[in-house]
Amino acid sequence: MSLPARRPRMRGINDPAPGWAALSHAALGFWAFVVLFPLYWLAVTSLKLPIQVNDGPDYLPGIDFEPSLHAWRYIFVDLFVDTMRPYMNTVVVALCSSVLALVFGSMAAYGLSRLSYRPRLASIASFIVGVAAVVVATAQFGVPWTVALAIGLAVFVLLALGLRRHITRRLKNEDIAFWMISQRMLPPVAVVLPIYLMFQQVGRIDSDIGLDTRFALTVTYVAANIPIVVWLMRDFFDTIPLELEEAALVDGCSRYRIFWSIVLPLAKPGLAATFILVLIMAWNEYLFALFLSSANAQTLPLTVAAQNATRGPQWWYMSVLIIIMILPVSALALLLSRYITRGLLIGAVKG
Amino acid sequence: MQYELAEPRRRVSAERRADVAAWADRISPAAFIMPAVLVILALSIFPLIVSAYLSLARVKFEKGGVTVTFIGWLNYKKLLFGSQQFHLIGTLMPITPAGWMLVALVALLLAWWLVHVVRRGVGPLGLVGRLLVAVAAIALALLIASAAGEGGQLGTIGVTLTYVVVGVCVQYGLGLGLAMLCVQNLRGRGFFRVVFFLPMMITPVGVAYTFRMLTDTTKGPFAPLWQAFGLGDFAWASTAWGARIAVMIGDAWQWTPFMFIVLLAAIEGQPREQVEAAHVDGASRWQIFRFITWPAILPVTITLVLIRAIEAFKIVDLPNVLTNGGPGIASESMTLHAYSTWRALDIGGSAAIAYMLLFIATFFCVAFVNLVRAGPPAAAEPQR
Repeated sequence: MSLPARRPRMRGINDPAPGWAALSHAALGFWAFVVLFPLYWLAVTSLKLPIQVNDGPDYLPGIDFEPSLHAWRYIFVDLFVDTMRPYMNTVVVALCSSVLALVFGSMAAYGLSRLSYRPRLASIASFIVGVAAVVVATAQFGVPWTVALAIGLAVFVLLALGLRRHITRRLKNEDIAFWMISQRMLPPVAVVLPIYLMFQQVGRIDSDIGLDTRFALTVTYVAANIPIVVWLMRDFFDTIPLELEEAALVDGCSRYRIFWSIVLPLAKPGLAATFILVLIMAWNEYLFALFLSSANAQTLPLTVAAQNATRGPQWWYMSVLIIIMILPVSALALLLSRYITRGLLIGAVKG
Repeated sequence: MQYELAEPRRRVSAERRADVAAWADRISPAAFIMPAVLVILALSIFPLIVSAYLSLARVKFEKGGVTVTFIGWLNYKKLLFGSQQFHLIGTLMPITPAGWMLVALVALLLAWWLVHVVRRGVGPLGLVGRLLVAVAAIALALLIASAAGEGGQLGTIGVTLTYVVVGVCVQYGLGLGLAMLCVQNLRGRGFFRVVFFLPMMITPVGVAYTFRMLTDTTKGPFAPLWQAFGLGDFAWASTAWGARIAVMIGDAWQWTPFMFIVLLAAIEGQPREQVEAAHVDGASRWQIFRFITWPAILPVTITLVLIRAIEAFKIVDLPNVLTNGGPGIASESMTLHAYSTWRALDIGGSAAIAYMLLFIATFFCVAFVNLVRAGPPAAAEPQR
């Protein structure tokens, strides 16, 4: 099986021992089967009639059963409008939120990597107490929120002024970065209730940005994904040498200009990897969408889940939906898979 | 808040600049970081504070509004000691002798570990942290022992921890094995790399439904296999461990690729010269792995395990769709528990569960990082 001409003189480190190669192939082949079979089964199921699914397993279209496009026709022709709405929702929400998270996140990452921040601990503590004061005042004592906001602001200013003499500790960049990244640890379910209530209130003022709108989902996903962007991009910016930027500073470039025309172009691989990751997360997100959207802003994961109707799961429709949902991201991810590995590795090595 | 620049600012002909530009430059540090900080404050910190308050309150929906009553820690009390204890912590039964032996074993191990730690010398903070870890471990052992008793059952805390610990270990093991195989010069490894990458792209809901089809023992593709083994009427979702294992299989299918691609890149980035030197000196494959590859990928390993553990604590879609948390509550994760409590309009209880999840996840991750970072001294420098 081996061509002597292509082999190096000695068996290289990464060349498997003769018998070992077959074993490795068997193991890898097995895992490839494990990965691909569920996808194959999805494809096959999407071509089956309900009765064929319920009859028991049929494996090969055209031999075991007569393939039918009824599910595809149902999803794309009969229900075209109902399919396209969540599809467009998903596309718009995922793209917008990923782009925004990437922009805000890399700006913050750049700041944390290159500039120095030293906010006072006292100010932050007072701020948290101020917010808590607002929450308690509105929820507990029924104070109107405008008044509560004024109270909170007063608490914040007074405390900040009072404490700055006594607590002189300041935070460093590391602390801020750790704080941002640790937001990823937050279980979505811990914050989704207040976010739900918040958008409910906002929706009363302007129903275009309240619950069950693309806006609400986009904003929430941006917040959920910024920590990952900050984490990966900060490590990426750290690897870019400083000299270019210093030269530009001497020449009188502004920080914005440096960021936009020097740093960002150099960080393209990192940006690509981060973008894909964030896009996948937003594309597939389930819990926030479950709470924050219903008929209007529904995204695809919910549409898939909704195929579990009262008549039992509609496997054939579900398979079609899952397939059309996987295709665009898979294509994009395969195109950029090299970048993704690199971006992930930089984040993971630095930790 | 005040900001300073890292480098001494070089003002080049300040008078030529417009005032606006100077001002814009002066606030640039704030301008870079503020959008992200504001978004996180508005959608993470503020909700977190509200959630903390809600977990101490009873929320009632009425016509035209909500009333919130402060009730102190009653929500937590109900979950930890009251009527919902079975759901969160588990149905606890008197501990059997075997259970006591397990607890005693854990206690002995912990005592030995603590003595070892004290002898080696740690700071006061480190000691307190380790004591806390020991207490948590004992509590966990007690919980497992009493849930394993006759008629006992694990609650959502135990189930979530099972998903996290078993899931991460299995995924890491599989990912490492596949990565080790894939660094070899094998025919078609490019194909394997691309294929192994795929499951990450699929929405967890989709994964859950796909695995519901695949694990169906009468209509699924493996039905003949099941029937051949005489398990034709066995249903995964009808036994507690069957349901949990089904969830973990789905999770492993989806997330092993993540471990795989990162570990593959890490292994390929290990120091070539050392490996070659060891190879020439006649080191065995195992020795090369143990003394060169493993130290080289250890930092990546720590971070990977941490990332996956963080995400695994949030697991909800798989149990929700695959088993609906059943049978009973056997495969319900804490997030799903919080969601179903919310569906039952017990907002305060839901927030309390979410807070306990946050607490457990944070404790677990902080303990892991501190113990591992302090642990093996062989940890190599991250090499790039």
